[in-house]
Amino acid sequence: MQHTLIAKVENKPGVLNRVASLFRRRNFNIESLNVGQTENPDISRMTIVVENKGNNAKIVEANLYKLVNVIDVQDLTNQPTVTRDLALIKVKVDAIKRAEVVNLANIFRAKIVDVASDSVIVEIAGTEEKIEGLVELLSPFGILEMVRTGQVAMMRGDSPGVRHTPGANGHQSNNNKNTKVN
Amino acid sequence: MKKTGAQIVNECLVQEGVKVVFGYPGGAIMPVHDAMLDYPIHHVLTRHEQGAVFAADGYARTTGDVGVCIATSGPGATNLVTGIATAMMDSSPVICITGQVAAHLIGGDAFQEVDVTGITLPITKHNYLVTSADQLAEVFKEAFFIARSGRPGPVLIDICKNAQVEEAEFDYPKEISLPGYKPPKHADMNLLEDAAKMIGEAKRPVILAGHGVLMSGAMEDLRLFAEKTQTPVAMTLLGLGSIPASHPYSLGMMGMHGEAYCNQAIQNSDLLLAFGMRFDDRVTGHLRTYAPRARKIHVEIDPSEIDKNVEVDVPLVGDLKTVLEDITPIVSPKDNEEWLDQIKEWREETEARDILSWPDEEKLHSAHVIRDFWQKTGGDSIVTTGVGQHQMWAAQYYQFEQPYKFITSGGAGTMGFGLPSALGAWFANPDKEVWTVEGDGSFQMSLNELATVVQEGANIKILLINNSYLGMVRQWQEFFFDKRYAATPITGPDFVKLSEAYGVPAKRVTKSGDMENAIEFAQNTPGPVLIEYQVEKEESVYPMVPAGAALDEMIRRPITQKKASS
Ligand SMILES: Cc1ncc(C[n+]2csc(CCOP(=O)(O)OP(=O)(O)O)c2C)c(N)n1
Ligand SMILES: [Mg+2]
Repeated sequence: MQHTLIAKVENKPGVLNRVASLFRRRNFNIESLNVGQTENPDISRMTIVVENKGNNAKIVEANLYKLVNVIDVQDLTNQPTVTRDLALIKVKVDAIKRAEVVNLANIFRAKIVDVASDSVIVEIAGTEEKIEGLVELLSPFGILEMVRTGQVAMMRGDSPGVRHTPGANGHQSNNNKNTKVN
Repeated sequence: MKKTGAQIVNECLVQEGVKVVFGYPGGAIMPVHDAMLDYPIHHVLTRHEQGAVFAADGYARTTGDVGVCIATSGPGATNLVTGIATAMMDSSPVICITGQVAAHLIGGDAFQEVDVTGITLPITKHNYLVTSADQLAEVFKEAFFIARSGRPGPVLIDICKNAQVEEAEFDYPKEISLPGYKPPKHADMNLLEDAAKMIGEAKRPVILAGHGVLMSGAMEDLRLFAEKTQTPVAMTLLGLGSIPASHPYSLGMMGMHGEAYCNQAIQNSDLLLAFGMRFDDRVTGHLRTYAPRARKIHVEIDPSEIDKNVEVDVPLVGDLKTVLEDITPIVSPKDNEEWLDQIKEWREETEARDILSWPDEEKLHSAHVIRDFWQKTGGDSIVTTGVGQHQMWAAQYYQFEQPYKFITSGGAGTMGFGLPSALGAWFANPDKEVWTVEGDGSFQMSLNELATVVQEGANIKILLINNSYLGMVRQWQEFFFDKRYAATPITGPDFVKLSEAYGVPAKRVTKSGDMENAIEFAQNTPGPVLIEYQVEKEESVYPMVPAGAALDEMIRRPITQKKASS
């Protein structure tokens, strides 16, 4: 299973490098890492997808707090969230196959954003599963190039994500599995 | 008022109460050294930048406050690397100031340009690249705060040449804004109650006291807690001094070369109370067999240590002193007599086996040397060490009654740490007795600092355990590599002559009979002194938990050895 973590970090030079270096140093395997601006110009937001072996997500969270520039980390896995990935897919098509690809794109509510004599570029935004579904159907035509942004995620409504680590950066843990005492 | 960046650096140091810095000059840091002449800061010129960072570390560990070192760009800065890693592994608050090429030259491979913030990223708690003078005051304020608060650690400030020369308005900030850095203080109240309940239920509890006890200044709180709950205290190498060695609840040192009875107590415990320690592999032995019947409570300021090596039942993330102040009133007094009696039995067996109980037959055993040294210094000296057997013997046979007295590289195990860290310790404690226990290998990694000691008139006594081997590695070869002594026989200079050449009076001891007056000679001679002990060459440190074995599967001192000698 995968875990999706959101990290709010100070928007300062070198912070992405610190996070990446931490992952390398601690031997964490990251599926995807996306960094972007937020409503606050002083804060950037990272969406980090990790393979969850053992208590990986918790360990990644706790280690992120070792970085002075990391403000908050929440685990969105199994919470009500909206997640999106954006892909550009260049597909090999001749005039005859083009219509089929356009058709598929329509079904997926994807867009054709470029048409050349022997290829088209399909743009799709959605969940990982949706993108993977389209990729699978486009593969037989021949995918010439593909780029994906990696996941971004946001909680629905005002529900918070899970914080596994009690006391980190002044946050209380809301993961009640922290103690095994009954 | 406007000041140059170099002046601002010194202003900041003065504001932070820094009176001494250890360093080495060079092109990219010259303005800072130049300005320092006008400030009440004493600069100690070590003979290698590594010595400077070790000295700053020794200063920090004996005071609990920040130690400062300074180096030029490029090779000066890279010479700090081992020392920074050493400070990082042992959570020591050290500030490293390095020069850097001018901001507009960065990235162009200018003369003596090295990406020092890049190199030190994983071995600092935090680091800064300062490209203009107006950033300096805020950076210094933050750096000192980060280094000494929370889980302490080294912070490096790399300052571009232009930032040292140009002028900026100086106003030392009173406040800092670090939205991502709020070290925890109180632990979660519910978890605290869970912990109190567990403590009440335990029949065979053991406290594991680590470096965190000293760093949060929780010695008195630890003692009160231990006495109220009748819980014995095992200490890590860096936790020595947490509770006086003579305290009835002290179990001495745990781990690979810990006391056998101490490891036995841990393995048979039903509740481990880990106080400011991180379950390093050197103290747990094989993890799957570690304290199998014990529940675990972990009090730790760094949440990333929770469940890292050992899964715990109750994590208490907070400042140890605060947590102990919170929990001690809510635990009920306990009577663990039966458990304490059991430990006493193990202890008697350990003591019977100890080499101290054996006759020396005129031979010079390191253990006897350290005991003599301990007795003659009243257990009251600051003791720094190199790394190896001599380090373990010092830990085992010097009985520390007080905290901040034993200064040693634990997590990194860095040879060469002894003499320079003693220099730093002496600057922080000029009125106290400061000794370094060195091995012949370790000493040869840092003996250049003898010149610094003499130039500064530092009153440091050197106790050199010369066994003509890289002894700890030789011991591993003896046990695990069929006595194939690859790369471990080591020669040295005539240490007495060498020492005298530096201007340090010295004495050699070759048999136990000569031991008598050696320590007194050092104590009665003003200034630095070296005593070389030519000890038995192929002695081993006992007990020893082999790597990968359970904590109580120790290699013990062969009893036949005793029979042969008695
Ligand atoms: C910088 C460094 N290099 C290598 C080692 C590996 N090492 C650990 S102990 C040791 C031998 C130390 O010899 P010495 O200082 O003579 O001490 P002894 O064990 O003989 O008391 C070595 C080489 C180390 N800890 N640090
Ligand atoms: Mg040796």
